[in-house]
Amino acid sequence: MTDGNIVGTGERIQLLHGSGGLMMQRLIREIFFPAFGADNDAGFDDAAEITLHDGPLAFSTDSFVVKPLFFPGGDIGSLAVSGTVNDILMKGAKPYCLSLALIIEEGFPLAELKTIVKSLADTAKIADVRIVTGDTKVVGRGEIDGLVINTSGIGEILPNASISGVNARPGDVLLVSGEVGNHGIAVMAERNGLKLKGNIASDAAPLNASVIPMLERFGESVHVLRDPTRGGVAATINEIAEASKVTVLLDESSLPVGREVEAVSELLGFDPLYLPCEGRFLAFVDGGKAESILRFLREDAGCPDATQIGTVTETSNGEVLMTTVSGGQRIIDMPAGELLPRIC
Amino acid sequence: MNITNSLRDPAVIRALGAQLKNLSLSRKITLMEVCGTHTMALHRGGIPSLLPDTVRLLSGPGCPVCVTPASYIDRAQEIGKNYGVTLTSFGDMLRVPGNTKSLSESRSEGINVETVYSPLAALDMARKHPAIEVVFLAVGFETTVPPIAMTVMNARDQGIDNFSILTAHKLIMPALELLVNDSDVRVDGFILPGHVSLILGSEPYRPIAEKYSRACVITGFETADIIQGIIMLAQQIEISQPSVEIQYCRAVKKDGNPQARGVIDTVFEPADSEWRGFGTIPLSGLNLREEFADFDASKKFPVEVNAETVQTGCRCGDVLRGRIEPAECALFGRNCTPEHPVGPCMVSSEGTCAAHYKYSRTR
Repeated sequence: MTDGNIVGTGERIQLLHGSGGLMMQRLIREIFFPAFGADNDAGFDDAAEITLHDGPLAFSTDSFVVKPLFFPGGDIGSLAVSGTVNDILMKGAKPYCLSLALIIEEGFPLAELKTIVKSLADTAKIADVRIVTGDTKVVGRGEIDGLVINTSGIGEILPNASISGVNARPGDVLLVSGEVGNHGIAVMAERNGLKLKGNIASDAAPLNASVIPMLERFGESVHVLRDPTRGGVAATINEIAEASKVTVLLDESSLPVGREVEAVSELLGFDPLYLPCEGRFLAFVDGGKAESILRFLREDAGCPDATQIGTVTETSNGEVLMTTVSGGQRIIDMPAGELLPRIC
Repeated sequence: MNITNSLRDPAVIRALGAQLKNLSLSRKITLMEVCGTHTMALHRGGIPSLLPDTVRLLSGPGCPVCVTPASYIDRAQEIGKNYGVTLTSFGDMLRVPGNTKSLSESRSEGINVETVYSPLAALDMARKHPAIEVVFLAVGFETTVPPIAMTVMNARDQGIDNFSILTAHKLIMPALELLVNDSDVRVDGFILPGHVSLILGSEPYRPIAEKYSRACVITGFETADIIQGIIMLAQQIEISQPSVEIQYCRAVKKDGNPQARGVIDTVFEPADSEWRGFGTIPLSGLNLREEFADFDASKKFPVEVNAETVQTGCRCGDVLRGRIEPAECALFGRNCTPEHPVGPCMVSSEGTCAAHYKYSRTR
């Protein structure tokens, strides 16, 4: 298949690709359907038909406006699948299917679109989730910045999971599944044109392979799950502390921050605690089970850098404190204002 | 292991923290960190919670955004409004309140304001868009002046005539001298700014130690640096032998950076300058020299600005002079928060009120 086959008139997206006519049909038939394994005829039905078992479902949606579209370790496609898949997982649910909507700017290079579609498909495969329905719109040049993606998804909540941001309680231990801040630094460095030689790559990835086995084995002991996306670890823990009405005490010396992330954060003036991750989770777990869960994550669930970073000390109005390396103590606050625009 | 790595060695930091906590002094002392970067760094490191009862720490006037007067913001807005120029600024300035509104608010009303990370980026913008007048808001102490001076020289050498700067540069020494002469401010020693001293060296501070008998330590920005600086100051005060010591010796030389001072001197000349909270301090600012007048936005785009400052109840001025601590201001944490700042000390990432609110307030 060549580009000429698809468009016949060039290698960029035209308004006609969103007009509902022949060119749109060909775009969908020749690029989207093969990537997502859709049926060439039934694929054009107005809605997907799905059958689920009984029991509660998790349903989530997310839009992606990341700039730039391609960054070390990922692109808007891998992000768009991981983002929604992880949100469903954080409710203790196994992702089942996704919808996918693309809004494309006229003139968008077809080759880039193909790369992103492949990335969407590959990530969906890793996440063991099907993209079952979709939509494509094309808007005029300058009306949006390249490409915007929305994904929504449904998952089935695991029978032994009862997970919510209000469930943290004194005695809980706070675990993080790996190094923090990598996604934020990868995107900001790319956007600022920093040529980084080191190994900074976005952590964007679906979390199925670690979360599902952890819940199957320790579901009852996991009280809160949350992926620290916008606002990073600091904002996420603040949200949970407030919702659960507890005090969380972090230990600065145990925070897993990579050397490169630390160095670039210093250069750009960021605090890694506030940088978004797209492939990490925070778990508030029963204190008595924390060690077993941590060992399981490290040895059997593909999270070798998982570590304990804090504890829930008492009930309160919701505050987050940190013991600093010097032995002092300070507040970890909600970020005020816009720190990092268009990071996901 | 290099020096910075050893300063970050948790064992070193923990040991210094314990040393500070157990510091035994014969009397109560008050120290002031002059620089906003120190304010943030020491709160981030949890240092206030380690101070013994005998050591009180005050913040000083070294946050450039904080001491920029409201009338400067007003002038920038008037220039933006009346001449349709594009204002370019470091991000911190955008939310600083002027007498009626902040630049961020004016931007939403249609004035062109762009955030840049360096003055060169503003010059680049002017080069790429010859039809647009680009005005860079030149704010900062001695540390930020050399790159801005270089940018102005570049603009002249490259014949870029749609670029100019609106200066509100400040010099640290005149403010320090004012503080040591202020009978309301009783400071025994100064944690002196590391970055500014890279340019100035240690010599200019000598009168502070010798004439005014205040302890002085030029200090770095790691938690370990600051703890060490505090301990060195306490020792100077304890033996009543004030001097200018350099804790930040891996970066600061006694004579500073003469080349950088030369660049400043080529482009700028000292001038009286208005400071928020202090009023006008003689020869405490920098204006462009006559031969660079074409790049002076205040001459290129004349506007009328009311010199009076609207009273809001904000006590940033007293905070900047070390007269009060943030919590003593009636607005702190109530009407004035990082989300809805009334005064600049709550806006800037180096502001004293922002540091106290973000890291050390009690809820």
